[in-house]
Amino acid sequence: MATQHSRSAARLMLTPAVVLLLGWMLVPLTLTLFFSFKKYLPMRGDSLDRGLDWVGFANYTRFLSSSSFWPSVQTTLIMVGGVLLITVVLGVLLALLLDQPIWGQGVVRILVIAPFFVMPTVSALVWKNMLMDPVNGILAHLWRFFGAEPVSWLSDASLSSIILIVSWQWLPFATLILLTAVQSLDSEQLEAAEMDGAPVLKRFWHIVLPHLSRAITIVILIQTIFLLSIFAEIFVTTGGAFGTRTLTYLIFQRVIDSQNIGLGSAGGVYAIILANIVAIFLMRIVGKNLDA
Amino acid sequence: MGQIQLSKVSKRFGDVEVIPPLDLEIEDGEFVVFVGPSGCGKSTLLRLIAGLEDVSGGQVIIDGEDATAIPPAKRRLAMVFQSYALYPHMSVRKNIAFPLRMAKMDKAEIDRRVNGAAEVLNLADYLDRRPGQLSGGQRQRVAIGRAIVREPAAFLFDEPLSNLDAALRVGMRMEISELHKKLETTMIYVTHDQVEAMTMADKIVVLQAGVIEQVGSPLELYRTPRNTFVAGFIGSPKMNLMTGPEAAKHDAHTVGIRPEHVAISDEAGDWEGVVGVSEHLGSDTFFHVKCDAFPDPLTVRAGGDLELSYGAKVFLTPDPAHLHRFDEQGLRLG
Repeated sequence: MATQHSRSAARLMLTPAVVLLLGWMLVPLTLTLFFSFKKYLPMRGDSLDRGLDWVGFANYTRFLSSSSFWPSVQTTLIMVGGVLLITVVLGVLLALLLDQPIWGQGVVRILVIAPFFVMPTVSALVWKNMLMDPVNGILAHLWRFFGAEPVSWLSDASLSSIILIVSWQWLPFATLILLTAVQSLDSEQLEAAEMDGAPVLKRFWHIVLPHLSRAITIVILIQTIFLLSIFAEIFVTTGGAFGTRTLTYLIFQRVIDSQNIGLGSAGGVYAIILANIVAIFLMRIVGKNLDA
Repeated sequence: MGQIQLSKVSKRFGDVEVIPPLDLEIEDGEFVVFVGPSGCGKSTLLRLIAGLEDVSGGQVIIDGEDATAIPPAKRRLAMVFQSYALYPHMSVRKNIAFPLRMAKMDKAEIDRRVNGAAEVLNLADYLDRRPGQLSGGQRQRVAIGRAIVREPAAFLFDEPLSNLDAALRVGMRMEISELHKKLETTMIYVTHDQVEAMTMADKIVVLQAGVIEQVGSPLELYRTPRNTFVAGFIGSPKMNLMTGPEAAKHDAHTVGIRPEHVAISDEAGDWEGVVGVSEHLGSDTFFHVKCDAFPDPLTVRAGGDLELSYGAKVFLTPDPAHLHRFDEQGLRLG
């Protein structure tokens, strides 16, 4: 009786949030779909008041046949994959390191989490101007100190540089989640493996890594969602030049720089499709770790 | 072979000395039980033998060879943990095979040994399951299986039955004893339960605060406890210990009498008392009798047929042949 009542009460109280979230998602999605089938060039005098011309799938074919489409998909995948690889590998190692009893553990852990609190725009600016600047950057000074020619990171190794910046931002997140997983490992299991004759590396491979698999899955899934929409880091550093134009950035350029809202919307629909393909792949590969 | 000798072994954690230097010898094929209240250092002692903790001083000698500096994996000892410590992501077969795979044994030999162990432990039907799909008793058997396939010099058990329910515990107790008879390998078993110690051991080591209070066979400890601690710890229910004028009558500081060595009568006896709580087990009944002569109530065992109501007046008579006498330091007299 009481449960029945509280259940319907719960539903009632959840309704505003659900309606708001649904509207928040459905309105832009419907508008994007609507615009993607229209010719909408505000600079040429198109406007909603005067009505927009229906152009069918013209925007879709044009976006797909553009020479920048496939490279942008490739860049997106490389960027997401690269960041995932770096954050997961370093995250596991860092988590194991932070699990060791050290003096000032609390402070060290807070310091490790710090980069996650820095806004993407700010961290990208700091990396661009303080670290990677070919004239005044710390890295340039370091290179010169060792007698090497400073690298102009953001033009010569642009994609790798952005991957580095984004990895720096997301490493704390991965480390934090993996650290809690490392801490939940039963120490008797490690001792049992030690008695069973497994040296450190084999203990890591046979006991620690399988124990972490679920946490790694969660890190990969959550990061992928956010990494597919990286924008600020590219905007602030290269502005999409030197092979750093991701699908997200290409859509931004179509809508804002070219002022072609119809074409950009069609790109947006492709982005949704790409995100879903990636999600299906991820669920297939790593999602089974979430069962049981 | 599995002869283990501890010589002046001690353990300190920082400034706290958990185990003062102690000597102990364990013969090949013996079933030795370390027993003591929680925090007495019995698990630490086991871990020192296993090599999971480093000794602060002294030597661990296994089969005449100084093993103090040898890493745990090379000591030829197998351990069964309290939490079983099974690898949750591996099937039972892989769990049992793990130490053999680590030893790089060939596949046919691994299969032969795993199947052999599964046979002995009734696990053959569960080999492809994960530990999470097994009951507590089955997990326990897998942990034992993982230990026996290595054919170690000695088995170490760290409170292996404390996570099982009472009925299962009695069953596993029998199985482990059977296993010991079959394998004739040295076993060291840690428990806080004196019933487990009494029923399984060839030799019991009673520990308190890291100090060995007494070493001996179960009946030796029962019949001639060396001091009041052992007297109170071994035997269930506990021995009645009395000080004061009654003890002085027997020329001792403390006298002890086990509940089963006190006769109860409603007519005549040495001590007069009033029946308090009675515990009926069917076969026996334990009466807690409040006597005027002593501050604490005495526990008395009587046959299951005897019924006495709460508050009834009774007389108790101790059997003088089974009276234990202790001096001021708690040490046994005579």
